[in-house]
Amino acid sequence: MNLVLLFPILIPFATAVACLLAWKQRHVQRVLSITGAVLLQASGFLLLVSVWQSGIRAVQMGNWPAPFGITLVSDLFSAIMIVMAGLTGVTVLVYSLADMDTGRESFGYHPLMHILLMGVCGAFITGDVFNLYVWFEVMLIASFVLLGLGGEKAQLEGTVKYVTLNLMSSALFLAAVGIMYGAVGTLNMADLARHMGTVKQPGLVTTLATLFLLAFGIKAAIFPLFFWLPASYPTPPAPIAAIFAGLLTKVGIYALIRVFTLLFVQDLEYTHALLLVLAGLTMISGILGALVQNELRRILSFVLVSHIGFMIMGLGIFTHLAITASVFYIVHDVIVKTGLFLVGGVVRAERGTYEMSSLGGLYSSNPWLSALFLLPALSVGGIPPLSGFWGKLVLVKAGMETGQYLIVATALIVALLSLLVMMKMWADAFWRDSPGSAAGGSVVSANPVSFESRLVLFCPIGVLGLLTLAAGIFAEPVLTVCSRAADQLLNTEEYIRAVLGGIP
Amino acid sequence: MVWIVLLSFVSAFFPPWLCRVLHSRTGWIVALLPAAITAYFARFIEEISSGGTVVESMGWVPCLGIELSFHLDGLSLLFALLISGIGTLVVIYSGSYLAGHYQLGRFYSTLLIFMASMLGTVLADNVITLFVFWELTSFSSYLLIGFNSDQKPAREAALQALLVTGAGGLALLAGFLLLGQAAGTLEISALLAKGDAVRSHPFYVPILLLILAGAMTKSAQFPFHFWLPNAMQAPTPVSTYLHSATMVKAGVYLLARLSPVLAGTAIWENVVTPVGMITMLTGAFLSLLQTDLKLVLAYSTVSALGGMTMMLGVGSQPAAEAAVMFLVAHALYKGALFLVVGILDHETGTRQSGRLGGLFRAMPATGLAGILAGFSMAGFMPSFNFIAKEQTYAAILETTPAVFLTAAFFVAGTCYVVVGGITGFQPFTGRPRERFLKPPHEAPPSMWVCPLIMAAAGVLVGVFPSPAGKYMLSSAVGAVLQAPSEVQPALWHGPDVKLFLSTAAMLAGICLYLARAKFRRSMEPLTPLLSKGPEHLYSLSLAWLDTIACAQTRVLQSGRLNLYLLITIVTTTGLVGASMLEHEPILGLERWSDLHIYEAILAVVLLTSTVVIVRSRSRLAAVAALGVVGYAVALLFLLFSAPDLAMTQFCIETLSVVLLVMVLYRLPRYRDYSSGKERFRDAVVATLAGGLITALVLVATAVTREARLTPFFTEHSLLLAKGRNIVNVILVDFRGLDTLGEITVLAVAALGVYSLLKLNTGKKSGD
Repeated sequence: MNLVLLFPILIPFATAVACLLAWKQRHVQRVLSITGAVLLQASGFLLLVSVWQSGIRAVQMGNWPAPFGITLVSDLFSAIMIVMAGLTGVTVLVYSLADMDTGRESFGYHPLMHILLMGVCGAFITGDVFNLYVWFEVMLIASFVLLGLGGEKAQLEGTVKYVTLNLMSSALFLAAVGIMYGAVGTLNMADLARHMGTVKQPGLVTTLATLFLLAFGIKAAIFPLFFWLPASYPTPPAPIAAIFAGLLTKVGIYALIRVFTLLFVQDLEYTHALLLVLAGLTMISGILGALVQNELRRILSFVLVSHIGFMIMGLGIFTHLAITASVFYIVHDVIVKTGLFLVGGVVRAERGTYEMSSLGGLYSSNPWLSALFLLPALSVGGIPPLSGFWGKLVLVKAGMETGQYLIVATALIVALLSLLVMMKMWADAFWRDSPGSAAGGSVVSANPVSFESRLVLFCPIGVLGLLTLAAGIFAEPVLTVCSRAADQLLNTEEYIRAVLGGIP
Repeated sequence: MVWIVLLSFVSAFFPPWLCRVLHSRTGWIVALLPAAITAYFARFIEEISSGGTVVESMGWVPCLGIELSFHLDGLSLLFALLISGIGTLVVIYSGSYLAGHYQLGRFYSTLLIFMASMLGTVLADNVITLFVFWELTSFSSYLLIGFNSDQKPAREAALQALLVTGAGGLALLAGFLLLGQAAGTLEISALLAKGDAVRSHPFYVPILLLILAGAMTKSAQFPFHFWLPNAMQAPTPVSTYLHSATMVKAGVYLLARLSPVLAGTAIWENVVTPVGMITMLTGAFLSLLQTDLKLVLAYSTVSALGGMTMMLGVGSQPAAEAAVMFLVAHALYKGALFLVVGILDHETGTRQSGRLGGLFRAMPATGLAGILAGFSMAGFMPSFNFIAKEQTYAAILETTPAVFLTAAFFVAGTCYVVVGGITGFQPFTGRPRERFLKPPHEAPPSMWVCPLIMAAAGVLVGVFPSPAGKYMLSSAVGAVLQAPSEVQPALWHGPDVKLFLSTAAMLAGICLYLARAKFRRSMEPLTPLLSKGPEHLYSLSLAWLDTIACAQTRVLQSGRLNLYLLITIVTTTGLVGASMLEHEPILGLERWSDLHIYEAILAVVLLTSTVVIVRSRSRLAAVAALGVVGYAVALLFLLFSAPDLAMTQFCIETLSVVLLVMVLYRLPRYRDYSSGKERFRDAVVATLAGGLITALVLVATAVTREARLTPFFTEHSLLLAKGRNIVNVILVDFRGLDTLGEITVLAVAALGVYSLLKLNTGKKSGD
């Protein structure tokens, strides 16, 4: 039974509906919300195991045969992404039990989070390009409301930029889908893959590819389209920023990898070379941006942008090893960025600010928090044996094997600069004395965090920290799964066969 | 072996807890671990010295060819013993040195992580595994240099060390990967047999240069040497252990380890030997200009590392012997001297050479250790360092032309005598210089015993050199040269050139020692020159980086939405336009003859009202014009036989015009925010973007084919889906999932509006 493909959409949907029915009953919503997230995580694993054992799974919605209805399809890449969505959901929602204000919780925080997860999972699992657009819309509207929820001035300003630029992306996406439908006559991605070669003007396919690249590039926040990200991510409460940072940008990357492995592989010299150039520029401009920021979450936002370049780099190199690296890097990045934004939330809970200039002294006052920051921070810096090291190692290896030395050098330099950024953050927020204590006063917490809520805050961060360590120490199984995922991405016949079956 | 190293990592968890129970006695318990490891490795001496090797391997990431494989031969055994042996002493010493420090537990944890990583570095057989441990030593060094993290210089020195060694580390990684690609293996033991293949590979030069960059940053070779003296911000036990005895020798280790693969070419000799020589001279010279005893030692360490590198550059059998001997001798005497200086600092509160003197009476044990170690450092007979020096002269004299290296080493040797005197001799002899706040007294035994052991060992090995030669040095040299070697160190080789040179250097050194104050004064005019050294370049490049970063971020992330949109649209137009021009698209113009007059009229209406929207100075007019656009589009739908779509569009347009008017009516009047120039620019961009989309649609129409889906929908909509209206059936059945999504979007939008209106956390919290 292929019900396993439906769970990732149904579970968050049902949870959201249930939460809405329990409107204003915060405690009921909390229970429902956590349960839903855990179930989503479980369904992700179920899907992963199922795809691992029996290959790509597909199900036709309403039993209308492909390509006429909508197909849900999951290869390993999709399944991995759904597992990551579940992980982010669980960690962020558990975290928000201790760090989310009553107002937002009473005004739809939980249902919105699940709608967001539903949109994300839908995007990961759909096999239809217009349906993908719909899931993007679901995601966009949910994230829009989550960003604006609370109505603080900075939030609204960030939200406006976020929505405007993301609507540009939607418009481009829709235009591209429309033109592609006109040219190929189908919306099913497997079917599109089969017929893309028959388009009378191959140049049009390249142009379409560029359009998709731009539409998804805005979502993924690549250079020079990433403005909305540093403008909006530092504004909402920590859990919302964490799920955005950890998960949302990855949907853009997922979509890029999906279309540039399945649909647009006719003109590699143009499209994938362009991807590679953009990847390099994203890495550099992101990390340079991070170097000059003075606010913890703005720094993290720029680092996030920079490392999106690494994920695109693998796609641009386009060998089996490179795609493996990209998939691995996504897994790594989801873990560490969610973790870092959550650590940022704890810092803010402890000290009442994100400004680097007023932070300090956390190393002596909060040793556990320091350790929990160091793990993902070093992983971002590529210190072995954490997961970030392996991601970069495999990318660099893939780049060298294909002789792409320029991007390899860029990646290595950006890795060093990332380490610099993270260590500067470490030195300023954790190592040095708190600026307050120099003046003679002791460090005063804005609102002292109780032991119980500290436990709740630390648990998800600890899990994420251990995961980046575990994914590094036990890199082999993770890489093996990613490598199989890359196999499936590059050998599109299996995907097409799973979706279309024996249809000629 | 693998388990020993892994367990050492795990053991790093415990010191913080131990500290809570045992306080300053923790050191003795923690020291059990390195002591046990020393004993463990000592068991292998017999086997290794008789020519055996020990190999252990565990799978790690086989899909990348990376194994957790360890290889114990003479060289790694020598290093392992130094690491664990000196580690034991340093751990004991730190217990007293940092007694009562509230972060003693974390200090021990980091030290143990370092020790485990360092062991891993010298034992690893897989270059990537080696790299993993190598980076971990860099990072633990970062934490330890910045141990006094409330002090800015400590934090900055830590970051500098991390950046310099980290940059080298990344070069090293690239070099290793290229090496693996060229040789087809990542295992050092397999690489050793492929030296010729690697040396003749087209990648050889990049491989060599990248690996050298890694080794030389780590071992503080000129021009990267500056991080090492700055790293003296670390507590003295750390300086002893990491920045003198072990970690900085990792680069030397790597050169020695890979020399069978990489050495023996002209480029190796022309790079490694001169770099080593320059480093040796720079370090030796700069050490004489310092007054802080720790800095004196740091620069002389730089110099010593340069010496070892130089010998590995020469690469002959005697040179390898000299390098290995010097390495051992240096670890012993320099470690001891650092610990002695630490005791002086600890007991008197100063490390300034001018303020210390005549302390032998107050601290005889420390004094003995200091004098013995200083004696070794100066290279007097019968210390082991004397033998190492003789061997160095022997190796250098064989090179052609011998004069440069001989002269350089002579100068360095002279300086070492002075350094040994300043650090080991002067503080204890002469008259007490100064009254200290508390009368200086002997340190606790746990402190003085450690340097004493090392200093005594340095002399003892010199007096009885043959066991060391037989059991340790031979196999180590054999590993460097990949050929069975027999090292027979001896104090006395008869009166020859070597003896003459080392005696002359000693005498010159003693003279210079006596005139050291004068020498330092005469060199003072050079000080401004020194600040222009490589470190200046380091800070300059950081400043440049900052400037560039600021500039690019100011331009890109300006905070202005209209600029963001502009860049996004320009990028889109540029990239899509370029991809179209590249492929010379065919525009679908052939059906233009079908154009009807009423269609043309509609097009004109559309365009005119668009212009009105943009140009209008009244919101109501703009909304009205927007409505016209909508209606015109709906009419187009009608003309192209989609009446249902047209009806929908009419409804939506009407509704949105009404709503917009209701909302906009309440807003203040228009204000101009942009200048005429900006508006012109925006108009150009907008026109280009619009033109591009037009062109794109024209291209698309040229290739449009019958949608293959339509016949299926027409055929099955009534029969299977039981619906006469195909559009409805598509919406609710064929593509019902899309509709579910869109309904969700609407529901969330409604929820969002409600929440936005009702909830304002900003007001409540007042910020």
